[in-house]
Amino acid sequence: MASIASDFQAHPEGHVGAHDEHDHHEHKPPFFQRWFMSTNHKDIGTLYLIFAICAGIIGGAVSGLMRAELAQPGIQYLGAIASFLGESNASFDQQLHLWNVLITAHGLIMVFFMVMPAMIGGFGNWFVPLMIGAPDMAFPRMNNISFWLTVAGFCSLMLSAFVPGGMGKGAGIGWTAYAPLSTYGSSGPAVDFAIFSLHLAGAGSIMGAINFITTIFNMRAPGMTLHKMPLFVWSVLVTAFLLLLALPVLAAAITMLITDRNFHTTFFDPAGGGDPILYQHLFWFFGHPEVYIMILPGFGMISQIISTFSKKPVFGYLGMAYAMVAIGVVGFVVWAHHMYTTGLSEDVKMYFTTATMVIAVPTGIKIFSWIATMWGGSISFKSPMVWAIGFIFLFTVGGVTGVELANGGLDDNLQDTYYVVAHFHYVLSLGAVTSLFAGFYYWFPKMSGRWHSEFLAHLHFAVFFVGVNLIFFPMHFLGMQGMPRRYPDYAPAFEHWNAVATFGYKVMAASIVIWLVNIAYAFIAGKKATGNYWGEGATTLEWTLSSPPPFHQFETLPVIEDHGHH
Amino acid sequence: MAGAVVPMLARAAGAVYSADHFIVAPGGYTPARPVEGKGMPVPGGTTFQTQYSPTGEEALWMHDHIVMTILIAVSVFVAALLLWVIVRYNSRANPVPSKTSHNTLLEVIWTGVPVFILLVVFVPSMQLLAHQYKTPPANAVTIKATGNQWYWTYSYPDNGGFEVISNMLPDAEAVKRGEPPQLGADNRMVVPAGEPIRIQTIGADVIHSFAVPSLWFKIDAVPGRINERLMFIKEPGVYYGQCSELCGARHGYMPIVVEALPRAKYNAWVMTHAGAKIDGAPEAAPAATAADAPPAAAAAAPAEPAAAETTSSAPGA
Repeated sequence: MASIASDFQAHPEGHVGAHDEHDHHEHKPPFFQRWFMSTNHKDIGTLYLIFAICAGIIGGAVSGLMRAELAQPGIQYLGAIASFLGESNASFDQQLHLWNVLITAHGLIMVFFMVMPAMIGGFGNWFVPLMIGAPDMAFPRMNNISFWLTVAGFCSLMLSAFVPGGMGKGAGIGWTAYAPLSTYGSSGPAVDFAIFSLHLAGAGSIMGAINFITTIFNMRAPGMTLHKMPLFVWSVLVTAFLLLLALPVLAAAITMLITDRNFHTTFFDPAGGGDPILYQHLFWFFGHPEVYIMILPGFGMISQIISTFSKKPVFGYLGMAYAMVAIGVVGFVVWAHHMYTTGLSEDVKMYFTTATMVIAVPTGIKIFSWIATMWGGSISFKSPMVWAIGFIFLFTVGGVTGVELANGGLDDNLQDTYYVVAHFHYVLSLGAVTSLFAGFYYWFPKMSGRWHSEFLAHLHFAVFFVGVNLIFFPMHFLGMQGMPRRYPDYAPAFEHWNAVATFGYKVMAASIVIWLVNIAYAFIAGKKATGNYWGEGATTLEWTLSSPPPFHQFETLPVIEDHGHH
Repeated sequence: MAGAVVPMLARAAGAVYSADHFIVAPGGYTPARPVEGKGMPVPGGTTFQTQYSPTGEEALWMHDHIVMTILIAVSVFVAALLLWVIVRYNSRANPVPSKTSHNTLLEVIWTGVPVFILLVVFVPSMQLLAHQYKTPPANAVTIKATGNQWYWTYSYPDNGGFEVISNMLPDAEAVKRGEPPQLGADNRMVVPAGEPIRIQTIGADVIHSFAVPSLWFKIDAVPGRINERLMFIKEPGVYYGQCSELCGARHGYMPIVVEALPRAKYNAWVMTHAGAKIDGAPEAAPAATAADAPPAAAAAAPAEPAAAETTSSAPGA
């Protein structure tokens, strides 16, 4: 059998940590050049993380407005929010339109401007070159364009909230932007701005994907074969392929939206021979791989963390790597399970039901391999490990409800209800975001050179865990009882669990405050972090460097010795 | 799309109706008061609404007895394993980690067992789909639901082609009429209970979705295509639903109210509309009598008293 990832170590001569401490290696450019014209993967990674945190706080605040409105039946706050956004005395319809703007903004921000930039742009940029022993990304300048295109996309989305979008200001089309609501259903430039923001962010992501694929294929340190790469690098490699294959389809679909809206084409308009369902096929051909794009790097981080704190190599390394490949491949042939109620034929629905359930198999392999990695280990419950264990449980809960939704026949009663909202927040808000926090606490001292407070990190986890479960678990009940999603108002029967969810939001918000305090603490009073502060379990190459790593690392390439073969 | 998108089928010439298909109940139509908790969400409810269609009962059974069992078993199993490794393999209990990183048998098992579990789900899942996709019989009454921004219209091509426009009731008015707020509508989609119904949906402007949770029924109303699905309601009652595809500002304000009536009462409701006729009746005869004589006591026109065919056999049971 091939060796496993953590069985190798940097060759002593490639151990560059102390070597690079010398000043002549630390020629950092002046502030503006360093942060606005950056070509350094670590600086760009930092920029991505700061950007994702800002976007996440905005997107999270939007969901706070939504939870406030949903705390009780009736419309309470939308008018006040409208006047805050500059639309005083908003009519009832304008208030309802604002609701649609909020749900659209929340979805787009969290998917395109929080999770993706944090996972791939942030942690991917920071740690893929470090883990494969490369000095930087393959195309440093393209890396910079990727980041600033993402920022430009975010600005375009923000701008859309302040220009007319039909009934009121802003794009109220849902993050899926289904035609014809997004074409002749919404007049005004807001929708064009929102669509254009996806063009920009998508172009940035495609360039990022090209960069990662090139870097991983060509810039691995001598001796690091594909089958010795850390699983986080594997996860980013698979993710980059998904991005490269899926995003152009989204770009095509939303470009057709733009031409339908502005140039009198009728791709999605039946009056001219088009078909609204075509848009959904194109969107979800992108959209389903997209959900794996958002979770696969999380899988990778969790693998590193579980291995580190169990002081054991990852169990079933090859199975873990190829399970991710399998999830990526199968992820491209299940898209229409998002469209079970659109009028698919019986055979099509049977196929997509079957194919979708197949995904449970490689996902199960991952869950069991993580547990097997811990089995027999010597586990220390540092904050990243606690987050990672929380991830495994929450992702399992989100995964099993996916088995229910995969069934086309059962989905008829769940499609577009809060059950779906609960499901995808369990895998994203509780899955992907939990893995992001796990990765954050795992690598924060490495990136900043400063220790966060482990106490606050544990407290953050405990409060967050309680909060998100209070928000999202009751949504299963609401969905099964029939509450449709994207509703600002509801029948009194739904009030109880909505009130619980809104209470849960407050708990979750408190945990975010704890996290921000923890970051502030680290920068103000945090102890200096050593190079390998997690000790013997941390065996990948980033731990051979100082914390933070030198501005340029691995000027002498590390050599990977194979300790795996017996 | 062949199976799903069926243009308005001509009623097959061979369609047969039982004699009491044409009985018109006396007394016209007054909207039934909904029964608390039937066909509507229950306060604080934690599971599905009680089902009133055969496919709904089948789906709920599958959810309750197969899928939920597996969901809970898997979640508890993973949680138990996690607790075990936390207790048994923490650094105090197990200071020296093992270096085991492979076990081929174990890996084969945790690949194979999920496959087997999925097969257990697969069989009833395919059966359910087959039952949901049963083609409505030729004598099923056709009702076409059109989604508009932001109300529903229901047309009855087999009953003379009249159309019902259904708008949401303001909350105060709904409460006054004994209907649940947000769910009540001024005019209901009235259907016969205990017989197959052919529901067709289409969107007039953007995509809407026709959904009734207590019937396990949801089908999108898409501009430019007609979706068709068999509906069967086992007993009379009022069943509420809501638009289930984002359709603009008032997406949350276009409820669906289905009132299922016994055939004779359904006929009576039909005959309250101008130009109405009972489905299956010959074109000319009853149309004239309809307009001004809703409480016609007797059978309108037992035109084809062909016996035998029991219209109440549950499809897909």
